[in-house]
This record gives sequence, C-alpha cells and structure tokens, in this order.
Amino acid sequence: MGTFYNEILTDHNLHPVNKHELPGANLVLEGINPSCGDDIILMLKEENGTIVDGAFTGNGCAISQASADIMIDMIVGKPKEEALRLADIFTRMVKGEASEEEIDELEEAGALREISHMPARVKCAVLGWHTMEEMMGKKE
Amino acid sequence: MPDYKKDFPLLAGSDVIYLDNAATTQRPAQVLEAERRFYETKNANPLRGLYDLAVEATEEYESARKTVRDFIGAKSEQEIIFTRNATESINLVAYSYALSTLKPGDEILITIMEHHSNILPWQMAARQTGATLRFLECERDGTITEEMIAAAVNAHTKIAAMAHISNVLGRRNPVEALIRRVHAVGGVVLIDAAQSAPHTPVNAAELDADFLAFSGHKMYAPMGIGVLYAKRELLEKMPPFLTGGEMIEYVTRESATWAELPHKFEAGTVNAGGAVALKAAIEYIRSIGFDTIEARERELTRLAMEEMAKVPHVQIMGSQEPEEHCGIISFTIDGVHPHDIATILSEDKVAIRAGHHCAQPLLKYLGVMSTARASIAFYNSEEDILRFLGSLKKIRKLMGYED
Repeated sequence: MGTFYNEILTDHNLHPVNKHELPGANLVLEGINPSCGDDIILMLKEENGTIVDGAFTGNGCAISQASADIMIDMIVGKPKEEALRLADIFTRMVKGEASEEEIDELEEAGALREISHMPARVKCAVLGWHTMEEMMGKKE
Repeated sequence: MPDYKKDFPLLAGSDVIYLDNAATTQRPAQVLEAERRFYETKNANPLRGLYDLAVEATEEYESARKTVRDFIGAKSEQEIIFTRNATESINLVAYSYALSTLKPGDEILITIMEHHSNILPWQMAARQTGATLRFLECERDGTITEEMIAAAVNAHTKIAAMAHISNVLGRRNPVEALIRRVHAVGGVVLIDAAQSAPHTPVNAAELDADFLAFSGHKMYAPMGIGVLYAKRELLEKMPPFLTGGEMIEYVTRESATWAELPHKFEAGTVNAGGAVALKAAIEYIRSIGFDTIEARERELTRLAMEEMAKVPHVQIMGSQEPEEHCGIISFTIDGVHPHDIATILSEDKVAIRAGHHCAQPLLKYLGVMSTARASIAFYNSEEDILRFLGSLKKIRKLMGYED
C-alpha cells in the first residue's frame, strides 16, 4: 500500500511558505482541534471583497499544517465567494462527496483526497478551511 | 515461543500488528464462548427469578464474583462490586464515599500522572464538598519516592488515589508506601489497577487498599464489565451510588431500605454475560500464568526499547529502563506529530495509540502536547515488534526529512 503522505503534503508541511505573521491582516481567527492539539491562527487581508494576502501560524500535525498552507496558496487573489466555494468543495471531498471535476478545481488540495478513508484525520485536514469559513461568516 | 495469537480470533484472522493493548486488549475464544454459552444456555434475569433458569443465571453470575474475589485476594465476595469499567468504579467511590464523608478543609491527594478517570471524579467531589484536590508530582522519568509521598500526605488527607501502573509512562507506582502513609493519618486510598490487573498479580488485601478499580476489557474480557473492590466496612457505611431495581430490600412510597452487599451497589439488571466472560478471562490468564505473561511482556518491551533507542530522533518518555515500563512505551519522533506517526504505522497495519492518552495534566507537566504509545500484551510476538520497528524507522524519511 502506498503512503498517504505524498510529496505535496510533506513539502507543504516541512516548508510552508505561508507560515508567518501577517502585519496588516484584517481578518484573524484561531482554529483548534482540542482532541489532537492542532492549533492554527489564520490571518487574511481582505480588500473590497477580495483576499489579497494570507498567512498562518501555529502547531499541529502534518495534515493540518500542510492543508492550511495549501489553502492559503489557493485563496489569495480570489474573491471571498470563490474562497468559500472552494471550501465547500474541499469539505465535500474529504467526506468522499465531491466529483472528479470539482476535485480538479482544488489543484494541490486534491492531494488530500484520500483522507476521506481516514475519518479520524478529516478534522485535521479541514481545520484551516473551517477557520476560514468561520471568519468569513463573522465578517458578514 | 508458543503462538498465543491462535487463541484470539481477531488476531488469528488478521495481519494487524496490535500494539494498543493499554487501550483495550483482544479477547480469546474462551471468553467469547463463555459469554455466548451464558446467553444460549443460562439466560434469565439474575437475582430475582424463582424458576430454575433464573437460579442458574444467578449462580453463574455469583460464581464469576467468586473468581474475581480469588483473583484479587479479597476476603469476601461482598467486597466485589461489578460495574461497567474502572471509570464507573472510581465514580462510585467519588459519588458515594467522597460526597458523604468530605468536608471543607479536607484534602484529596492524587498524582499528576492519573488517567482523566481518576482525576475528574475527584474534581467533582472537591467542588461539591469544599475539599481541596492536591497533586503529587512525579519526577520527569515518572519516579515517585517515599519521601515525595511523605511530603504530600498530611493530617487533612482523607482520600488518596493513585494508578498502580501509569497508562502513559508504564511506571509502577509505590502504592504500598502511599497506602501506609495515608492510613497513618486516617485516610483511605483508591488504587486504579486498570493497567496492572491484566499484567501482574494484584492482591487487594495484601496491599491493604481500601478501594481498587479495574476494567474487564483491558484484561481480555468484553467491554462493559468492570470491578470495584472495596473493604466491607467502608461499603457498609456508604450510601448507594445508583438506585432502582435489585439494590433494595424494601420499598415504600416514600423510602426504601437497601439490599445486602454487594447488591446495594448494583442497581438494575446486571451484566451477567460480561461477568461470566470476565471469569473466563481470569481463568484464561491463570492458564497462561502471570510468570509467563510478565516474562514475555518484559522480553518484548526490552527488544522494542533497545531497538527504538538506536533510531535517531525517537524519544522514549519516562524511564529508559525496559523493566520500568510494564509493556507501555510512549514516545515521540522529533519533527513528526504523534498523529502522523500513528497514521503512517497504520498504513503498515501496525496499530498504536497517539494523543494525550486521557492524561492531559501529565503531558502538560512533562511539556508535550501528545505522544505516540505502543503497548504490549503477552500475545504479541517478536515479529510484531520487528514490524513495528521497521515501520518506525521509515517515518522521518517519509515525512521528507533528509537524515
């Protein structure tokens, strides 16, 4: 059996380009998985409904960290609505409910698709995405 | 080495390397058959029927109690209460004994390495009675000395509770010293034997424990059957924990009198099938023998720890001596989250636990968020350990490290 820990995942975990502070962020929210101790602080800069920059800090397993890093790569430069649409696809993908076309749209985040067979780790993969959804919801 | 896995249908029929025995063990065919035989041939509601089948069900249930009594060296069957598990046993003592005896100014003493099930009931009791909950802190390797106990016990210590063997560090605690000290000041002691009863002889009377709790499912019996041992004179004074059927002598519209021990503490229809299976588990343990069980677990623990020490970036929690681990090896790998360790091992069909092991105060005290934990039972084989080690050695590379 091959490993779930493919290169995309391990690379984003060991070398997360988006893991740093973000001065000037106007959206900041902490996301926690109490049962495993995953803990991230997601920081986004939003201008006129578009996410113009993003970063995160925190600690946790490779899945939570890589997933957050990949997510930020994907949503920066996109309108909020588009970010939320991708979050919806991602959430359905990890439940095994997204179509192939939808998973293609997720680009690198598609590397986490096999997590749908690992129910105990789904919450790690969605931590960043759910934190983003929550902070967008609060902004409304 | 005899192949004990053939006694365990799950292990015999699967290629999983099961190293999560501190969480729950597998059950041998003898145990599964005993439970099935009870329901197929003796099933009736025990303790109240007047027909033969109900009498037989009662005899089976009470015979299991006698086996448990012998197993832990209790003086009387009245001192053996069947519960769901160690957690319920400890809650019974906290709700019944602690709430009815503690007063403001009294102290409950527990250790920092307790399982949450031996912390939360005491937090509740302290909150409700105004007593103070105090923690005895171990050294970093898990050592608790007699001097540390002497310094922690005082005239206000009314209840002390301690794990016989830590579920994280695998360390055997000096329960005898604690019991002596607490008795000297007039307090009582509860021993959490959940991790010891399956692996080493436990004699409640010799220990002079006041309360002793353990779970069937960690010692090859089914889930849902556990035991509270308590000294008879304490049980007699204690109010019931749960009330309802079976546990009464006489009920009027306004009040009731309680049944004799041990039934006073066993409200509602009991888990007779579970008790019968626990008896079979004890008989199974006896057929193997604690000498064999301890020797095999020691040998496998030594093999695992000696080899783990050679793997770069693997850190073993607690003592570095295999003899001080009782088959429980908690560890971390630098730069790899324990949940990722468990997932990678799982890809190789090696089952271990990762997380806080229901002992968050201990992990916080030791400065880690979570650990991975391999825990060994006598039925594990040398090959199990080698498979585990082989998988362990790949982890850093798999996670992208160059070392």
